[in-house]
Amino acid sequence: MLIPATRIQYRTLLDAAFLRAPATDQPAVIYVATGQPDVVISREELHGRVMLYAAAFQTGGLRPRDLVMIADTGSVDSLYAFWGAMLTGAIPSMFPALTEKLDPDIYMHNLAELVRVSGVKAIFTGDAFAPQLAPRVSCTVLSLQSLMQTLEWADNTFYPYPPAPNDTAFLQHSSGTTGLQKGVALTHEAVLNHLASYSESIALSRDDVVVSWLPLYHDMGLIAGFLLPLVQGVPLVLMSPFDWVTHPALLLRAIQQHRGTLCWLPNFAYNHLARRIRARDSEGLSLAGMRAFINCSEPVRHDSHRLFLERFAANGVSEEMLAVSYAMAENTFAVTQTRIGAAPRLDVVLRHSLEQEQKAQPAHSSLYDGKRQTQEVVSPLAQVTLVSCGAPIAGVQVKIVDAAGATLPERQVGEIVIRSDSLLKGYYRRDDLKALDAEGWYATGDRGYLAGGDVFVIGRSKDLIIHAGKNVYPQDIEAILNTVSGIHPGRAVVFGVPDDKEGTELIAAVAEVDSTDDDARRQLQQAARLAVASQSEVSLHYLTLVTAGWLIKTSSGKIARSQNRDKWLHERDHPAGPPPAPAPPEA
Amino acid sequence: MDEQQVRQQLRQYIVREFVRDESYALTDTEGIISGGLMDSTSLAELAVYVEQTFNVYIPDPDLTVASMDTLNQMVARVLRG
Repeated sequence: MLIPATRIQYRTLLDAAFLRAPATDQPAVIYVATGQPDVVISREELHGRVMLYAAAFQTGGLRPRDLVMIADTGSVDSLYAFWGAMLTGAIPSMFPALTEKLDPDIYMHNLAELVRVSGVKAIFTGDAFAPQLAPRVSCTVLSLQSLMQTLEWADNTFYPYPPAPNDTAFLQHSSGTTGLQKGVALTHEAVLNHLASYSESIALSRDDVVVSWLPLYHDMGLIAGFLLPLVQGVPLVLMSPFDWVTHPALLLRAIQQHRGTLCWLPNFAYNHLARRIRARDSEGLSLAGMRAFINCSEPVRHDSHRLFLERFAANGVSEEMLAVSYAMAENTFAVTQTRIGAAPRLDVVLRHSLEQEQKAQPAHSSLYDGKRQTQEVVSPLAQVTLVSCGAPIAGVQVKIVDAAGATLPERQVGEIVIRSDSLLKGYYRRDDLKALDAEGWYATGDRGYLAGGDVFVIGRSKDLIIHAGKNVYPQDIEAILNTVSGIHPGRAVVFGVPDDKEGTELIAAVAEVDSTDDDARRQLQQAARLAVASQSEVSLHYLTLVTAGWLIKTSSGKIARSQNRDKWLHERDHPAGPPPAPAPPEA
Repeated sequence: MDEQQVRQQLRQYIVREFVRDESYALTDTEGIISGGLMDSTSLAELAVYVEQTFNVYIPDPDLTVASMDTLNQMVARVLRG
């Protein structure tokens, strides 16, 4: 097993368990889907398929260091293609699939932009979609069918390309506004360092089984829900995110049936599982074999953990199974991890100190472990319960800095900056962007504080919305709304609204329109919601149409998101109340 | 079950819980998920609501965007029991 002590035996990701020891019928990947029999892929079969893809890619002209986008085919072909490309020395990168709600034209346009900006050499996608995509992009489009045809007329001998440890292994596409997504380039060395440290932090063993519904174009899905089990030789039970979100019980059945022990979930998933699995679908299911459900990718809510515990206690879920990690694509994946087998620490702090003084002042005398009862000294409304993200994993250093870059003391909130042996090499083909400072620190853009060696994350520095584990840039959604006929261009604002029921931020939009006619406004509602659903990965949860003059602007004429959010929240929560006191305009 | 009553209850539920705007005049035939009125998590929620309200259990393979996108489709599925 790859841990820091054995790290020296691994040179590149091609030392993955299924490539080193392929001759075994042990399951490598089990693909589960609603209404379908499970597909069990042994290590041997995985190895064989990956070699076949590698040979076909090579014969088809793919060269070392070529960038290949894998536009997720929603099947196991994407898994083979990713490793097959890596074996030829090419650089694979996962891209979201075209879903039924997305407008194919806009999806293809976005891919074409990425091809142009990043110099993509080939795209691998599904057989049905490939002919549609090919005329729209300036690179080769491959699918399973075309690859296998390549092999029919050519010699399928594969000439291995041994990469160097500091070669780029693959790209993760970090969040960024549409068209400006940055390719996070990670070397074999960095990823191996990370897998070693992270495996140690979760005490990974041969008995573990990873169960995941996470998309592979996201760091949590790609690293924890794909590379970690395959490199370590631990079985992976995988399902489609679309299948899971509609049929959440699929995950729990998979855990029981395949003896799952580890599962990574963004916070909203705890609410989704707790609230949207019908009683008869969870009755009698045992989750008692789980070691950890690891909460990662969006701010962790104590209430979501409690809801999940209450709902699934009868199925054997206990507090000790709840774990937390703080992660980002630029560090390969995890920065921190709570101890597996122990409930994450809670920090109850005074709300006014946190909001006004940016200080996490304990409401009680000390951190408590979630079990010990403390005396109520402050009203519940005056305090905030924060869940620890755990301590930095081996090889990672964390500090909290102020706007000038000076290190802040414990419990003072500032920007989280990190330094590690698993950071990105750089942003792919973006030499203009400096990822790290002169001393090798990466500024995360997240706000948080340190207490007793643990990292607590408060939120983002910018207006970024984190909905259901996805980073959503308000300006992207505003740009879509600005194209809707009837909405004044530049008069739409988008912001996140925290929602206790969903355990995540919901997406709200306010747009100024002229029309007061009911029918016309209804059509505008439809048009605006359809535009967002078909051109982005999300849907609008609230859309409020207002008359001209409603939106608050800054002195420079820009729409102030946070002030408009405050005004909107006030109107929602006090429908007949007086307007809130005017806030000072933003700079 | 009375069709009108099922339709009325489902319509109210959808505009209240998913559209989050009770003044929205939801038609029988508009695409609720494909039109962006409900997001992808909502079908699972709808299944819970249908079971609690109408005592109808819709099995997972029937819960798809293609078969549950409009109010007409949802009403028909509930009435089938």
